[in-house]
Amino acid sequence: MSDIKTVITDPLFSKNPIAVQILGVCSALAVTTSLQVTLVMCLALTSVTAFSNTGVSLIRNHIPNNIRIIVQMIIIASLVIVVDQILKAYAYDVSKQLSVFVGLIITNCIVMGRAEAFAMKNGPVLSFFDGIGNGLGYSVVLITVAVIRELFGAGKLLGFEILPLVTDGGWYQSNGLLLLPPSAFFIIGGFIWILRSWKKDQVEAPDFKIQPNTENSGGH
Amino acid sequence: MEHYISLFIKAVFVENMALAFFLGMCTFLAISKKIQTSFGLGVAVIVVLAITVPVNNLIYTYLLKEGALAWAGEDFAAVDLSFLGLLTYIGVIAAMVQILEMVLDKFFPALYNALGVFLPLITVNCAILGASLFMVERDYSFTESTVYGVGAGVGWALAITALAGIREKLKYSDVPDGLQGLGITFMTVGLMSLGFMSFSGVSL
Repeated sequence: MSDIKTVITDPLFSKNPIAVQILGVCSALAVTTSLQVTLVMCLALTSVTAFSNTGVSLIRNHIPNNIRIIVQMIIIASLVIVVDQILKAYAYDVSKQLSVFVGLIITNCIVMGRAEAFAMKNGPVLSFFDGIGNGLGYSVVLITVAVIRELFGAGKLLGFEILPLVTDGGWYQSNGLLLLPPSAFFIIGGFIWILRSWKKDQVEAPDFKIQPNTENSGGH
Repeated sequence: MEHYISLFIKAVFVENMALAFFLGMCTFLAISKKIQTSFGLGVAVIVVLAITVPVNNLIYTYLLKEGALAWAGEDFAAVDLSFLGLLTYIGVIAAMVQILEMVLDKFFPALYNALGVFLPLITVNCAILGASLFMVERDYSFTESTVYGVGAGVGWALAITALAGIREKLKYSDVPDGLQGLGITFMTVGLMSLGFMSFSGVSL
């Protein structure tokens, strides 16, 4: 039981797939302009990771080692097609906004990485929860970014007005930069900074140590 | 002709795969510490994109699109296989990379050794699959998709080489502890992305 708890909570902060393992950054940045789209994306990714982990784990003892990547790829691609069709059927507008990014879940390194690193070595139940955990870790970062971008960029959350904009007679001057692609990089960079100031062990060692500026080294 | 040139320029600068659509970010951030390796990877991506996008275009036009199977007889005229797209594209990409690896190994050992590890990695690079998906979404013709494939590759290679150049210099600067490594790279890419946005006003 405690195993399940660890595999779910670990990826949230201490082993966060985006901030620590640098996995799945691609889609993390592009879909975060509005919270609604982000939530759908998180849901899609979490379910694909969980079920692909389960699938890979179930047949892990029967997969020949040299073709394992292709086998994993087929399992993942089939799941993504299912998700894509479901989105097109029940949430057509959101699926239009996500455009190619649903398909790109196939090449999202989180899904592949977890299948390869965890599901190939562990039982189906544990793998399922590992998939959920990593999906949630991904969601934490994405939702944070999306909330910041939508709230301060458009003054809204999920389409409801929170900060009335100046253009609509309110007081909030919206920050247009946050709706542009580069802002996502700054926000994730900041997220990593905060996370690493909190959990010091994740700080990367610098390649070169800068000498401290001492008094007797003064002058030019 | 002009149409193709403008498509190429657009694919390289305005719609840069890495900096405008964030595709291939995982490799982009992980393998950009040295200019030389990043350049090798960039070349590999150009080659793979230039092959896979047109091939996927042919497959989409003649096999998957609604009514594409009309050549096989009237019974098949109404078949729409486009939902199989994702599975097919990734299969084609994986197969192409494998074939390319074997061809290079046999005929161009020098290039093969230079690219080495990166070739197999490219299969899971989102920029490759992304380009194929964009090609389908925008309904490119065969020639257009070839130009687009090469352009997208060049744009990606340009971006990763530039980032590697900046990171090589960045090694000597005094970065706050928490930002060291990944954090500062994100900031750098953000600034580069801002820079590339200035191309978006360019009309051709």
